Amino acid sequence: MKSTIKILVWVLAVIGFGVGLYGMFLRITTGDRLADYGSYIPWGLWVAFYIYFIGLSAGSFLLSTLVYVARIEKLEKIGKLALFTAFGCLIAALLSIWMDLGHMARVGNVLLHMNLDSMMSWMGILYSSYFGIIIIELWFALRGDLVETAKTGRGGSKALARLLSFGSTDDSAAARAADHAKLRVLGIIGVPLAIAFHGGVGALFGVIQARPHWNTPLMPITFLIGALASGGALLTAVVYIWGPDESKEKLNDIMKFLGQIVLALVLFDFLLEISEFLIGLYSVAPAERLPLEAILHGHFWYVFWIVHFLFGVVIPVIILFAKAVPKGRPDKPAGGAIAFACLLVAVTFIAVRFNIVIPAQINPEIPGLQYAFGGPGLKYTYLPTAMEWLVSIWVTSFAVLLFLIGEKLLPIVKSEHREVA
Amino acid sequence: MALIDVERHEIRQQMMDDLQRALKKPMNKRHWAMVIDQAKCVGCTACTTACVAENHLPPGVVYRPVIEEEVGKYPNVRKSFLPRPCMQCDDPPCVKVCPAHATWKRPDGIVEINYNRCIGCRYCIGACPYSARTFDKGFFYTDGTPEIMDYEKEPSFEYGKEWPRKNRESSPIGNARKCTYCIHRVEKGILPACVTTCIGDATYFGDRNDPKSLVAKLLGSPRARKLKEEEGTKPTTTYLV
Ligand code: SF4
Ligand code: SF4
Repeated sequence: MKSTIKILVWVLAVIGFGVGLYGMFLRITTGDRLADYGSYIPWGLWVAFYIYFIGLSAGSFLLSTLVYVARIEKLEKIGKLALFTAFGCLIAALLSIWMDLGHMARVGNVLLHMNLDSMMSWMGILYSSYFGIIIIELWFALRGDLVETAKTGRGGSKALARLLSFGSTDDSAAARAADHAKLRVLGIIGVPLAIAFHGGVGALFGVIQARPHWNTPLMPITFLIGALASGGALLTAVVYIWGPDESKEKLNDIMKFLGQIVLALVLFDFLLEISEFLIGLYSVAPAERLPLEAILHGHFWYVFWIVHFLFGVVIPVIILFAKAVPKGRPDKPAGGAIAFACLLVAVTFIAVRFNIVIPAQINPEIPGLQYAFGGPGLKYTYLPTAMEWLVSIWVTSFAVLLFLIGEKLLPIVKSEHREVA
Repeated sequence: MALIDVERHEIRQQMMDDLQRALKKPMNKRHWAMVIDQAKCVGCTACTTACVAENHLPPGVVYRPVIEEEVGKYPNVRKSFLPRPCMQCDDPPCVKVCPAHATWKRPDGIVEINYNRCIGCRYCIGACPYSARTFDKGFFYTDGTPEIMDYEKEPSFEYGKEWPRKNRESSPIGNARKCTYCIHRVEKGILPACVTTCIGDATYFGDRNDPKSLVAKLLGSPRARKLKEEEGTKPTTTYLV
């Protein structure tokens, strides 16, 4: 079963990569002209994918700290997997937002001519730091196993391990313990960093006074909870498929534990959502109301009701309640169902991100502006074009392939060594 | 009813004189301002078109649309018109959010964009409460015809520099763009294109720091209003309602 899923993911990623290349070709050769975002709705699908992936990354990174900082014994073997998932999602997020720039070659200006008043500049600083931390953490987490593979492994893995161990040769228990001490420190630094950068993405929207739907102090909190819920869910699904070979009971135990965390987070996220809707719909101001009405019964009502509410909340919550919560009967396998529920949460979370980015922009800032002058992009409707979808498919497939190849070549999942000292 | 004590034919002469006086001062001593009299605007959109021509604006980019609003019920119907240039806010949210310091408030009141530094993230477009910024995707009006006409590739002179459209990649393509109050003309002593083309003489321009200037007088009118003042952006552009 698991190997079938693995093959399926490989096949999908390769197809997505190939098909998506055409979108990339169009993006490079025709710039932004084939995209549907424009002047009145300046941000579209790629921004939604960006916050989606960065949320997944922050979520799985924060869960990795359960291993390296909180040292929860149950999860000891999934630390590296969590870090590597966070890394893959970070790459996808950065690629998504890079594709969105009108001048991709100038991305460095964000650091070169940094404006500390701009949340986007802060993103530049925080992502660079996060990227650094994640790479260093991954290296220390893998170092012992890399050294070992470099000594005893075969073929490509051996060569790669030798290269990546950067001359380090000590894989003794003492050296590994030292690595874990360092990982703990890095994890402790990483927690506030991950909170800062993902809360920061929320703030990036939250500070935009011109768009009341974004302009709420709850934005950073909503983003963080969403990140934990979606990132945690993704990690749970990943653990089930690519995780270490454990005894059935142990795997069941891990899956239930993660499933409960995800369940709580999904419910909490939903609570925030309800609060946002109830308060917003009470208002009579169009800027507050229109976005919410568009979400609930606009053209794209199904993004909320079917994709998010049904497949992202109701079904997973029912499954998780049924499979992850009951105590007793530890022998009854629940992992597959929990993984499926979590996969649903993780995948459908793009609908939440989409509904954050787009509807806030559909309310004309000056009523009637769209009728005053016509032209491409001078409108308050948005439908991602084939080119935009293809680029996002390519970015997603690229990150998935990166994960799959890394998982094959690197000792991401090695079960012999304890990560919790 | 005469709204101010100026004869119609004197208006432009006075604004030109105001301009000359202002240009003699150092840059940080003058503050350019625009006043739009909605009672005089007939909604002809000559300003919109003049602006497109002056700045060689491509499809999808507009600096000064005129928004129409119908007021009342038949038979008591009126139309009101709102020309909407950049407000050149004194506290501009577009400047605050720019991650690359590619846009800033000049001492003379103009909010400038450095097209060569702008990364095209469009954060400022979303942050402007007036939708005054548009995104240049690199379209041409003669797209889809056998040849892109040369006149479309001619440079615009925004901020006193040359911005040709020779290809589809170089700035200002891929950038956020907005009304500049035609500062390239103003600094040569010529009024903004919208001001000179307005058939109703509904748009005034000058140095608000000069108490003798026409705009300074108009700013003291009881009819003077700013757009969305509650946003706290402190717009420079002012409407007479
Ligand atoms: S009107 Fe918009 S673009 Fe112009 S200065 Fe104000 S915020 Fe910036
Ligand atoms: S689009 Fe350009 S000017 Fe606007 S915020 Fe981004 S970098 Fe700054």
